[in-house]
Amino acid sequence: MAETAQAIEVRDLHKRFGPLEVLKGVSLTARQGDVIALIGGSGSGKSTFLRCINMLELPTAGKVTIHGETIEMKSDGHGGLMPANRRQIQRLRTKLGMVFQSFNLWQHMTVLQNVIEVPVHVLGQPRDKAVEVAEALLRRVGLYEKRDAYPSFLSGGQQQRAAIARALAIQPLVMLFDEPTSALDPELVGEVLSVIGDLAQEKRTMILVTHEMKFARQVASHVVYLHGGVIEEQGPPEAIFENPQSERLKKFISSIH
Amino acid sequence: MSEVQVPSAYVAPKGRSLFEPHRIFLMLVFAVLIFCVAWFMRWDWLPRYQDRLIYGVGQTLLMLFSTAIVGFLFAVPLGLVQVTGPKPLALLARGFCTLIRGTPLLLQLWLLYYGLGSVFAQFPEIRSSFLWPYLRQAWPYGFTALMISFAAYEGEVMRGAFAGVPRGELEAARAFGMGRFTLFRRIWLPRAIHRALPTLTGETVLQLKSTPLVATVTVVDVYAIISRVRQETYLTYEPLLLLALIYLCLTGILVYAFRLLENRIPTRGV
Repeated sequence: MAETAQAIEVRDLHKRFGPLEVLKGVSLTARQGDVIALIGGSGSGKSTFLRCINMLELPTAGKVTIHGETIEMKSDGHGGLMPANRRQIQRLRTKLGMVFQSFNLWQHMTVLQNVIEVPVHVLGQPRDKAVEVAEALLRRVGLYEKRDAYPSFLSGGQQQRAAIARALAIQPLVMLFDEPTSALDPELVGEVLSVIGDLAQEKRTMILVTHEMKFARQVASHVVYLHGGVIEEQGPPEAIFENPQSERLKKFISSIH
Repeated sequence: MSEVQVPSAYVAPKGRSLFEPHRIFLMLVFAVLIFCVAWFMRWDWLPRYQDRLIYGVGQTLLMLFSTAIVGFLFAVPLGLVQVTGPKPLALLARGFCTLIRGTPLLLQLWLLYYGLGSVFAQFPEIRSSFLWPYLRQAWPYGFTALMISFAAYEGEVMRGAFAGVPRGELEAARAFGMGRFTLFRRIWLPRAIHRALPTLTGETVLQLKSTPLVATVTVVDVYAIISRVRQETYLTYEPLLLLALIYLCLTGILVYAFRLLENRIPTRGV
């Protein structure tokens, strides 16, 4: 696959929770090197959309293609979809490094154990190699000294940086960030954003759900504004933030500032 | 989340000296008690029964560990199916736990030993089978009753522990492509056991103190040995005091061992 290959392609994604339709047909393409920021008010469906990409939420309809491989789905008999091939999903998930709002580090493992867990026990890498990679990553996010600490002894910012290292350890094709700073105290947001900013600079493919508009504007190559389960407007960050077209986006941006 | 350096809200008071007046007084009282017990009571029988007592303690510990380990192996699936379903299995597991926890252990033991044991004896097929040499003894019934009881209580504990593992941690495991078995083995089970460990400590101590019940169906444990001492020496208090001391020591060792296990994974402000 060429360098400019499509990393992720989502076609006409629908998601329904009971009577509530959260996503009403969202399509998005992420090429390699893209940094896509998903913005929108609460309830706009941006987190749900992100979670549908790695099938943490099962879409009601639509198609997700990762690195040219479409996830096989079949009807669940209640008007929705279910995975047709569990192994395929598990394999494709290892190409996506997810970072959660609430960190979700495994509390019974040290930071280092968290980072090598998936490389060793899912990808089957030799332990010493995984440790080597993990230590380099932890040095990079500034947590090398904390590698033997348990997550409950770390601050939120440190936990989130450890979670980023854990996601990077699988050498993902795409990084998925689900509001990575929303659960942090204000003074800890900066350290996490600077790590994510570094990743964006080295042209790592990322999809980022965020409320940090200034940050989105700095690092994103493409901004998508979701409202009511559809893409209301999208484009390069300058266009979205300087010159919004739709009334809703104008209101949204002015409400943020 | 706060920084590590921030002191916790509760600061334990500074340890007091061992030699404050009221403590010295209490220690003196205790020393006098010990002296009286050692000096005025009869302990001359002790050397004669020493070997049998050690054997009895060994049997008690064997009963405790075998029933706790096997019982726990059953408790894990009993707890798990109550959380994950399928529904019929969950109901079955819940019914089992309720039934066992709702009836006295002594009753279960007697039903097994006097009930099932005598039923077995009526079938020539069983009497001639290779199992009979075991089934005619008492310990299989004692073991089974204690094991089932432990499984039922711990099944309930594990149900809560499995349900209490934060969803996000399981979700993270799934998001990184973990299969269901790996997720269970690497994340869900160790996390649940870690959560349940303080409760399991208490339950194991309770299990230790349930083991003397097997003496009622002729299994020879340390309690049975002490009963024997009482019958043969016509002493009442001395053997019972020794028995209390033995159980106290075993409990202390158990609690200490579990504490070590718990401290392998430190947690803050649970």
